[in-house]
Amino acid sequence: MLEYRLFTMATRVSLFVTCLVDQFFPKIGLGMVEVLERLGYQIDFPEAQTCCGQPAFNSGFRGEARQVGRHFLSVFRDAEAIVCPSGSCAAMVRRHYAELFHKDPEALAAVRVLGERVWEFSEFLVRVAGREEVGACWEGVVTYHDSCHSLRELGLAEEPRRLLRAVRGLELREMDLAEECCGFGGTFSVKFHDVSGSMLGAKIESIRRTGASAVVSTDASCLMQIRGGLSRAGLPVRTLHVAEVLAAR
Amino acid sequence: MSVAFHQRIQYALLDERLQQAVYAATGRLRDKRRGSIVPGQLPDYQELRTHAHHIKKHTMENLDYYLEVLARRVEERGGRVAWCRDAGEVQEVIGRLARERGIRLAVKSKSMTSEEVHLNEALERSGVEAVETDLGEFIIQLAGERPYHIVAPAMHKTRQQVADLFEAKLGVGRVEEIPRQTMIARVVLRKKFLEAGMGISGANFLVAESGAVVIVENEGNARLATSSPRIHVAVAGVEKVIPRAADLAVFLPLLGRSATGQPLTSYTSFLSGPRRAGELDGPDEFCLILVDNGRTRILADRGKRETLYCIRCGACLNTCPVYRRIGGYSYPGVYSGPIGAILTPQVLGLSHEPELPFASSLCGACAEVCPVKIDIPRILLELRGEVKKQEARDRRWGPEKLGFLVWAWLMRHPRLFELAGLAAQAMLSGPGDGRWIRSLPGPLKAWTASRDFPPPAARSFRQLWRRRVRTP
Amino acid sequence: MPAREHILHKIRTALGRSSGQPPGEAPPVRLRVPAAEAGERVRMLAERFNGTVSHAPSAADARDHVARLVDGRRAVACPSPLLERLGVFGLPGVEALPDGVDGVRAACAAAEVGITGAEYALADTGALVVIASGQESRLASMLPTVHITVLAADRVLTGLDELFTTVPDPAAFSSSMVLIGGPSKTADIEQILTLGVHGPREIHLVLV
Repeated sequence: MLEYRLFTMATRVSLFVTCLVDQFFPKIGLGMVEVLERLGYQIDFPEAQTCCGQPAFNSGFRGEARQVGRHFLSVFRDAEAIVCPSGSCAAMVRRHYAELFHKDPEALAAVRVLGERVWEFSEFLVRVAGREEVGACWEGVVTYHDSCHSLRELGLAEEPRRLLRAVRGLELREMDLAEECCGFGGTFSVKFHDVSGSMLGAKIESIRRTGASAVVSTDASCLMQIRGGLSRAGLPVRTLHVAEVLAAR
Repeated sequence: MSVAFHQRIQYALLDERLQQAVYAATGRLRDKRRGSIVPGQLPDYQELRTHAHHIKKHTMENLDYYLEVLARRVEERGGRVAWCRDAGEVQEVIGRLARERGIRLAVKSKSMTSEEVHLNEALERSGVEAVETDLGEFIIQLAGERPYHIVAPAMHKTRQQVADLFEAKLGVGRVEEIPRQTMIARVVLRKKFLEAGMGISGANFLVAESGAVVIVENEGNARLATSSPRIHVAVAGVEKVIPRAADLAVFLPLLGRSATGQPLTSYTSFLSGPRRAGELDGPDEFCLILVDNGRTRILADRGKRETLYCIRCGACLNTCPVYRRIGGYSYPGVYSGPIGAILTPQVLGLSHEPELPFASSLCGACAEVCPVKIDIPRILLELRGEVKKQEARDRRWGPEKLGFLVWAWLMRHPRLFELAGLAAQAMLSGPGDGRWIRSLPGPLKAWTASRDFPPPAARSFRQLWRRRVRTP
Repeated sequence: MPAREHILHKIRTALGRSSGQPPGEAPPVRLRVPAAEAGERVRMLAERFNGTVSHAPSAADARDHVARLVDGRRAVACPSPLLERLGVFGLPGVEALPDGVDGVRAACAAAEVGITGAEYALADTGALVVIASGQESRLASMLPTVHITVLAADRVLTGLDELFTTVPDPAAFSSSMVLIGGPSKTADIEQILTLGVHGPREIHLVLV
């Protein structure tokens, strides 16, 4: 059970942007920086970072996942607080690294230390920084998609919603299938693409029914899946990461 | 194998009527479950789940002890216990019993374990007519099909299909009204209950200290099958044991609600052996058949042992976005849904359907609703690791392995990772105005079959960060 | 190796246990019995019972209720002292169960109405607890399409927790204890509910 200690404003936060955000959605990373600096945190970005290893782990390639995981552990060895824009990556480190490295005592020791210091972005803001209102302004109706990892592995149902409700001008309208999986699931989206597509279809319909102009989530992978579907369907609904909304003024 | 798996999935997804029926039926059961576990209805729900998990854990960890207690008690109460290692032994025991007692007709109540061991076919071969009496099971028996769902075996059938079946197989006139169809079944099966010499049931729980079999149902067919014929045979997997009758105060509220949203079903039978001296009715003879059929192997695997905690409520099926779309018949083996996805590979072996553990987005909804807190996603991940390990041992390296070898190497070398990113930028440029890519070659073709793909960003985050640091 | 020994051996090997080894400590029995006085229990039972409930302050009232529910139809009644005392066997249409298992089966199959007692009722779910004995048949509450139960009002328990506190081992008394939560029902075809698929379509409770 994680202990949420309130950090003082002088704390340095290390960004783990995730491979997906780095290469495809850098604005999400910039959004995080904007918000954290606004709250007075000092940001550092260990440039040697790449990935947490989840894609390999989920596909059954534990050896490869361990190699990449060890790299992650060494890159962030000295970090005080690691914040990432992904519930699934935070969950990977906090909940699956222990199992992945159960035969490697050295890595396991590092996992125990780091595991206490990795947070998903909205989780960090609400539970560690103790903030809900972060000076953001965004006009319009948005709906929120619960990423499975954030919701079920990290227990984050309320925190992202509280942050969104505190945004000036923003109206949060719930979709009926908010908690349903979008169908991404890593390589599942390709290996079982028709099932994945069917799940995506239901999610898109649920979004459309809200009449919202944007859908927000804590995970870029979900947003990639959802945007892929919205784009294909020609629906003019924007996809935004929580960080992007909170960074807006 | 896997081609057939994908084909069955395709087939299910293309059948619009079936899609609607299964999605609606599971949705209804899911909503009923949700309504029955809200704090106003069951304030202790989470606490009960934890207790149930621990009771099962303790029992499995001391299974030999509890099975011996159970067997002793059954025998003390005048019953008999037969231990069967596999399907063949179960078939043999029941076949022999039927022969020795001159049984021509047996009535059966729902038992997934009996499906597992192909009991009905074996009985037919021994010249015993074995009639399923649960309405859903009765229907699929007439159709020659297997159960579609753990709790609702005929979920996929329409009233028209039932009318066709009854007309063809029962020689009755065509009837499409459901209440009348139910009455037809009642009349036909009533005759069987009264004439059968043997009643075969499953067991939801086996209570060790009581030597008892607990059966939970709504129809009453299990009550009739276990009370009218002179012999009652209960077939149950060894993992069904719980230590004490009082433990039912934890399990029954969870089972009813998780399965159908009912705090208690119409009938919960607590049966311990044949009729006692002085009792007015009930069987002369009781035989409990304890079935292994791969369960002891699962027991030996600490990481996946909790697969055996399952109380067969079906909640995971009703909540799984994959099951709700691909349906029960897409899965290999007798058990479908998330529990099937972890149980079948462990019973039939991973090579039976190596892609099965991958047919999940790992959303975790199943673990959230499991009354005994089985961490199904974690077990799926373990099975995935085992599939790939086996492939490595067999030297069967496909493009995926190669891909991840390269991927892992890139991820350990940040500069190379960045270079790869730049190369991807150059190759995968989209229409140019930020619009997403409509079609991709190779493995990603499957992605673009139903969605667009993002173009890599013109500048990666790390490039932007460096710029920013240079020009504060 | 005979199957029993083989299976037990495999289990012990899987668990690292030896023959005769006592079990680890079991999780404690969890029974939470709420406090509820008699009036409250009866009220809740009446609310939750899945059939009609008739309150009978006197024996005559009870007999009248049963007579009304039987309505002259062919009925079998179990040989319970309570039913005897209430004069149920004198009512038109009501027959005693014959001797012998086959006779009981045939009589229950031929009857439209089955009249039984019950050992307890559970207030929170409205369920009846029927325990087979020399006075209580299994099939009388199953084969006829109508099931009438006569129960003393002081036999109402709060729920399963109190049941298992009161009766820690139902197997000690009887080969069969059944909790009857409502009429026989199914929704196996298109999820449409039908009552009376194999057992009674309607159940009635007379509280004395």
